[in-house]
Amino acid sequence: MGTNGKKIVAVTGNEAVAEAMRQINPDVCAAYPITPATDIMQRFTSFVSNGKVKTEMVLVESEHSAMSACIGASAAGGRVATATSAQGLALMWEELYIASGNRLPIVMSLVNRALSAPINIHGDHSDGMGARDCGWIQLWSENAQEAYDNMIQAFRIAEHGDIRMPAMVCMDGFIISHSIERMEYLDDETVRNFAGEFKTVNPLLDVEHPVSYGPLILTDYYMEYRRAHAEVMSKVKKVVLDVAKDFEKISGREYGLFETYRLEDAEVGIVVLNSAAGTTKDAIDMFRDKGVKAGLLKPRLFRPFPYEEVGEALKHLKAVCVLDRADAFGASYGPLFMEIAASLYPYKERPVMFNKVYGLGGRDYLPDQAELVLTELAETLKTGKVKTVKEYIGVRE
Amino acid sequence: MATPLSLKELSKKEVLLTGGHRMCAGCGAPIVVKMVLLAAEQPVVAANATGCLEVSTCISEFTAWKIPWIHNAFENAAATASGVETMYRSLKKQGKIDKDIKFIAFGGDGGTYDIGFQSLSGAMERGHDLLYICYDNGAYMNTGIQRSSATPFGADTTTCPAGSAIPGKLQHRKDLTKIMAAHGIPYVAQASPSHWQDLMKKVKKALATPGPKFMNIIAPCNRGWRSRNDDAIQLSRLAVETCYWPLFEIENGVTTISVKPKEKKPLVEFLKPQGRFKHLFGPENEHLLNEAQAQVDAYWDRLLREEAFSASLGSKEAEEKIA
Ligand SMILES: Cc1ncc(C[n+]2csc(CCOP(=O)(O)OP(=O)(O)O)c2C)c(N)n1
Ligand code: SF4
Repeated sequence: MGTNGKKIVAVTGNEAVAEAMRQINPDVCAAYPITPATDIMQRFTSFVSNGKVKTEMVLVESEHSAMSACIGASAAGGRVATATSAQGLALMWEELYIASGNRLPIVMSLVNRALSAPINIHGDHSDGMGARDCGWIQLWSENAQEAYDNMIQAFRIAEHGDIRMPAMVCMDGFIISHSIERMEYLDDETVRNFAGEFKTVNPLLDVEHPVSYGPLILTDYYMEYRRAHAEVMSKVKKVVLDVAKDFEKISGREYGLFETYRLEDAEVGIVVLNSAAGTTKDAIDMFRDKGVKAGLLKPRLFRPFPYEEVGEALKHLKAVCVLDRADAFGASYGPLFMEIAASLYPYKERPVMFNKVYGLGGRDYLPDQAELVLTELAETLKTGKVKTVKEYIGVRE
Repeated sequence: MATPLSLKELSKKEVLLTGGHRMCAGCGAPIVVKMVLLAAEQPVVAANATGCLEVSTCISEFTAWKIPWIHNAFENAAATASGVETMYRSLKKQGKIDKDIKFIAFGGDGGTYDIGFQSLSGAMERGHDLLYICYDNGAYMNTGIQRSSATPFGADTTTCPAGSAIPGKLQHRKDLTKIMAAHGIPYVAQASPSHWQDLMKKVKKALATPGPKFMNIIAPCNRGWRSRNDDAIQLSRLAVETCYWPLFEIENGVTTISVKPKEKKPLVEFLKPQGRFKHLFGPENEHLLNEAQAQVDAYWDRLLREEAFSASLGSKEAEEKIA
């Protein structure tokens, strides 16, 4: 044990997520294996087999059924979790909308992996990005610590009375899921108290007060339902911040809608999600030493996207490069770029922007790529002109 | 106390699917559902696959279900019910629920034989304590009478229309009931609303059996069958009497035919009142009628043999016990 009942450990991202799930101790978990998420449920089922949790497992025959079972279990009235990656998430697509449409606070760990074809098991963000508009809350994590912390907070956020929406916690496949890092665990009791008792709302299992889930809604009311959904999503930001404040009290770790690094006085900035942020921060330090005023913004809450706050945080910059670990086919810009561009659009004075696609299918993101981007940003600062709006880096052309 | 299966006693029970739902007049499916729910002694939570039954019984805030009900999607009534049942087990173990609740999933033939087959098979293999009921009307009725793998041989549907080159559906029905029995689950049965006592007895037996159960129930659809809309019960009776839809159960692998028609009527008596088979009665299609009849005969004969075999196993076991 370290200080304050915190335990310092060396674990993989998957191990950390499985530990968070053990501490949360959901009522039901559904699982179907897919690399690199498999390991989470392998570890978790050993907790089940050894009586460390009260969870009932549903070891389904596909991810479609995994999410279907999660939906049934959540509507029945209890705490529910699962994990998946890439093709698994793609197979759940139909169900993701049904989970959010029914306001079911299911929590899912998404270990980000590239989508087929070609089949590739390594980390990129095409899966999470593909599911970005399905009504789930998305929290992204730079490392195992953040994945663990986000996972714990996700239950509180998803189950919050003002929201009750499903949430997914993303971390990079292999780079985080399978690498060992130093991190801090909270103790079981602290996590349990933080998560609190699950409060059931309109449970199916209340046979004295029968409810019907999943009605047919035609043109007369469908838009009103969807509008109401948007209304609920607009409350997520506040809940995420409130939960983060409470989490800081038990962990000493601060979380917001996004993280900034040396951004306040910066002239140029990089926006990047998840694990690549670490390498980028190092490169920023190097360029700061060389006199380039560079900073970083790393989104945490990606859905609903906090456009105003992100815009405010970036608007003073002269140039911004958005790094996307997912491509958008149709010769479009990367998905993160489009969000950042949208967040800056309302400002008359705004930075010039360009977009780099990197690290697809687990391709390494190396310090010299970050340096390349910063060099280009510094040049852009001088010329005020963008060379190429979208480019691939670290690729054999 | 279990309610005796008499009309007098049953009429005292609350009907749990209300009138005023929006299924077509004369549809067989709601009759089946009402019978099933009347047979249940304990509270039931139902899951429903997308299809006619689902879209017509719960529109906006008007639900016809007096029991807790969930519709998720087309292919996953079984997986959804698995989730509900698993949460029930979890909460029961934790002492948060003490009621005895039963779980029933309803799906049409499309949502059961075809797209929902994987999720059904998975749920049965996992051993969830639930009863899956397929109301089989032999086509995708809700989307406008397209063929499913339950559509009978020779039927005219909107995706296998009887034309000059192709005379309707060329394949025979998938034998889902037997496939479910092959899962080795404790209870599988076929039933018909024309034989309501038999149907309700089977539902009672199924619900009293722990573990996964499957029932296949014929549910005439006057829209798709192109039949009179007061014919559902008469047609399902003809289905049984022609042995097109044999009534049997398979309990732990033991097959019993529960209703043996006194006189096995020719299949055409079932086909004739239905517009979807009209083209089969032209002279050029006589061979198709013969083939359909041969198929039904072969199936019935096999079923009789299976029953006899089950019985012989039973008596052998008995002999062993005596010796
Ligand atoms: C994934 C998916 N594919 C297709 C559909 C369209 N669809 C809705 S109901 C239905 C047919 C239902 O047929 P069946 O299960 O036989 O039930 P019935 O309508 O005959 O009662 C279809 C094809 C859907 N809802 N979801
Ligand atoms: S189309 Fe057929 S199955 Fe659907 S409600 Fe009408 S009669 Fe019933």
